[in-house]
Amino acid sequence: MNRIAVEKKVLNENQILADQLRERYRQNDVLCVNLVSSPGSGKTALLERTLERMDKSSRVAVLTGDLQTENDAKRLAKFGFPVKQITTGGTCHLDAKMIGRHLEGWPLEDLDLLIVENVGNLVCPSSYDLGEDAKIVLLSTTEGEDKPLKYPSIFFKSELMLLTKIDLLPYVPFKAELAKENARRVHPGMEIIDVSSTTGEGLDHWMEWLSARQKKRANV
Amino acid sequence: MHELGIAASILESVEKEAQRRPGAHISKVGVKIGELAGVDQDALQFGFEVLVKDTDFEPLALELEYVPRIQRCSMCSHEFRMTEFDPRCPLCADFATVCVSGEELDIAYMEVDE
Repeated sequence: MNRIAVEKKVLNENQILADQLRERYRQNDVLCVNLVSSPGSGKTALLERTLERMDKSSRVAVLTGDLQTENDAKRLAKFGFPVKQITTGGTCHLDAKMIGRHLEGWPLEDLDLLIVENVGNLVCPSSYDLGEDAKIVLLSTTEGEDKPLKYPSIFFKSELMLLTKIDLLPYVPFKAELAKENARRVHPGMEIIDVSSTTGEGLDHWMEWLSARQKKRANV
Repeated sequence: MHELGIAASILESVEKEAQRRPGAHISKVGVKIGELAGVDQDALQFGFEVLVKDTDFEPLALELEYVPRIQRCSMCSHEFRMTEFDPRCPLCADFATVCVSGEELDIAYMEVDE
């Protein structure tokens, strides 16, 4: 018996495709963000408010993932920007191959921002690199404050946390400061922005974050 | 719930290695799983067994090595096992510590009967 050292990533094939996507984004100066959360944390609602606030000349596109239905793409197409639905047919996360396939027909040189809305799931999407510049995790005030401790991987890997549905804080027992403390225990120094897609609170801050992140990317 | 896909990826790597070694049989594959990898070991082991059963890969064992989360202090360089999600350095109490291991999802080795 002979033991050979391998030392390669289990998800090597996905990693290769993700690195290729990353290189294409870099060459075309496209910022790609990957939104991850539990089902029902408000990813699509946030994207509706985000696209609504974008200048009509903005070069933004959205890929939205779900197990079934084209519902999210229909909701998001209203704003006039290119939107494509990725239906995974049961797979609980998006992978780099799905992204590559759905980018076909979209010239990246015509884009500045690509937003990927992952399948609602805090576990599996954390393992799959999509070539994005930043993962962004959403946590809503109708969930538990301890979610960052229960699902540390995605909170650790996300550059930004959006605390959503903050308009509901007076009506729910959710302790926002505790949730943020938990997030920063898993990911020291993590950036956190409070938002409400219903009242619009915090959305200016989120839009500023996106445009600052685009500038930071362009300077790298 | 994505462990079956990960098991399939491990098996693909074994298959590729086997193709490079005609006549040899790969009997074991060793995989490192970091604390932050978000992979359940039992589900992965089960998925792997299901995929291997009744195929030419048999007998093929999967050995999993758990890699704990280790932080390094940016101030004093002390390395420590992070528990209870407290990132503070136990020596100098600084919060600026960085993760140096625990994110692994790597194939470490394979055992080949030539």
